[in-house]
Amino acid sequence: MFDRLRSFLRITESGKIARRYFVTNGFDGVLATLGLLMGFRVNVKTSLDVIIGACLGAAVALFMSGITSAYISESAEKERALRLLEQSMIASLDHSVHGQAARLMPWVIALINGLSPFCLALLVMFPLFIAEAQLIGDVPPLDAAIAVALLLTFLLGVYSGRLGGRFWLWSGLRSLIIAAITAIIIFVLNRGLNVQ
Amino acid sequence: MAIVKRVVLDVLKPHQPNALEFACELADLGSEYQIDLLVKEIDDKTQTIELTISADNINFEVVSNHIKTMGGAIHSIDEVAVLSSKPSEAEQHS
Repeated sequence: MFDRLRSFLRITESGKIARRYFVTNGFDGVLATLGLLMGFRVNVKTSLDVIIGACLGAAVALFMSGITSAYISESAEKERALRLLEQSMIASLDHSVHGQAARLMPWVIALINGLSPFCLALLVMFPLFIAEAQLIGDVPPLDAAIAVALLLTFLLGVYSGRLGGRFWLWSGLRSLIIAAITAIIIFVLNRGLNVQ
Repeated sequence: MAIVKRVVLDVLKPHQPNALEFACELADLGSEYQIDLLVKEIDDKTQTIELTISADNINFEVVSNHIKTMGGAIHSIDEVAVLSSKPSEAEQHS
């Protein structure tokens, strides 16, 4: 099964698209959750249930949006590529590996695009879950979740840097700086609103 | 039915699967299949190849279906080598 999937990825050249979607939408998932966490961190004390509910809601929304948007765009792209290839071949390729790949790969890419932000958002929320289950003691769960979000942003930067053949530490730090700037903007905005 | 020992095909195929994967897939159709593949022409999305398949007994239908499954189209059968499956007279008398 994995050999077949690998062959479909090669035929449709979807590997690089899937990797790109994983990084960009994963980044969206982490930053969106970080934004919510920063909002809760700055404002008045909110119960953990509410925080988890809001973050989970955002994660599910990102999952659905990732799946549907990628499927709509990728199925159209793959269909178009198949028709162009059929024009060159002067034959129908519906029953060939190209036809099968053009039908299956949009689903695979859509799943990656949806699962990437969802899973990364769940990872960010992990400290909240274990705090809710009362498994950690003194560590403030919001601060721990924000730290996980920053760590994941750094790792996503490292991964994208390695893909692009750039120095991993610089790529990781660049992503981390973007996340830090996002956090600072949210912090300043919330403080400003609270003062008013 | 005659036994097909060798066929030379003119095939148009997409760039993917590449020549090596295409030949390996066909070679895996039988234990003694030998595939010689020559890329004759490369276009924007397709390539024309000359495919020489040799085996003790080639199942041409399976080969042609597999070529279609990989997106290829057989344009012509350029050479064949077949052997009668009927026993020779000497074999019949013995």
